[in-house]
Amino acid sequence: MISRSLKLMAGLLALAVLGGCVSPKTVDYSAYKQARPKTILVLPPLNDSPDVKASYAMLSQVTFPLAEAGYYVLPIALVDETFRQNGLTTPADIHQAPADKLRSIFGADAALYITVTEYGTRYMVISSETAVTATAKLVDLKTGTTLWTGAARASSEEGGNNGGGGLVGMLITAAVKQIINSSTDAGYPIAGVASNRLLSAGHPAGLLYGPRSPKYGTD
Amino acid sequence: MNKFLAWPLMTLVLSGSALLAGCNSGPPTLYQWESYQPEVYEYFKGETPKEAQAEALERDLQKIASTGKTPPPGYHAHLGLLYLSMGKDDQMVQQFRTEKTLFPESGAYMDFLLKNAKTGDTK
Repeated sequence: MISRSLKLMAGLLALAVLGGCVSPKTVDYSAYKQARPKTILVLPPLNDSPDVKASYAMLSQVTFPLAEAGYYVLPIALVDETFRQNGLTTPADIHQAPADKLRSIFGADAALYITVTEYGTRYMVISSETAVTATAKLVDLKTGTTLWTGAARASSEEGGNNGGGGLVGMLITAAVKQIINSSTDAGYPIAGVASNRLLSAGHPAGLLYGPRSPKYGTD
Repeated sequence: MNKFLAWPLMTLVLSGSALLAGCNSGPPTLYQWESYQPEVYEYFKGETPKEAQAEALERDLQKIASTGKTPPPGYHAHLGLLYLSMGKDDQMVQQFRTEKTLFPESGAYMDFLLKNAKTGDTK
């Protein structure tokens, strides 16, 4: 009798646990946890967007989320310069560089391969939207294993704040925004948001905390 | 005031002010960033002279030193890169060494750069 009710309870518990697992994003962190990378080499991102600024606007803002997550991030511009001196001048060439070379020169445990798939401003009658989308893949440079993949998008239109003021007000806002968006590099701050969203630790399906974080090993 | 009410009320006020304080300062960061990331972007854009970029980073370094916090990974190495491009090799070497001291994880790469600098390969 007791064992039957125990079995029932175990069954219910298993169901509850499984139910918890059916959340939209599940990531297998076993390889990542085993590899325990300390240092991350971020390669210049591939750019699938029409804007040439995309790659470096993104690259220059990846250090913050990664370092605050607890990793040592190899100096972005210096790494780019080293690639150039070795004849690798485009992100496509750099993404083909062999893992053992990257590990021996930079002393990195893992490399981050980023692709920017959307970067720029779309002009519409009522509004204009500046948006950045990127995907990333973290690869163990010792074994070549993919430790983690992720994607994120950020947009100037998030929150959908119409601000009120009726149609005329909206048209004025759109006009002002278009001026702002075209006169400066509007994608840059949005790329910063996308980068933080993509590469910070401590959220579902995100990167794990690294050894320099007080939260290392808690996730 | 009712003695039984005073205690929960106080906790409420205290937690409320803690929340507000949290809103003002944001979560504490591991490093003091200052203009590191914008300066890296500036380097790639190449619109301002390297001297001005190095000055901005040196100025921020004073601020960081005055608060006793640490600059982020790559900060000193980036300064080293700027001094390299300005032909100030002594200052470059010094910056690469500081990076290595603050972040021993950078050791292999910093040694690679220092070795190349000695043989003149990185120029």
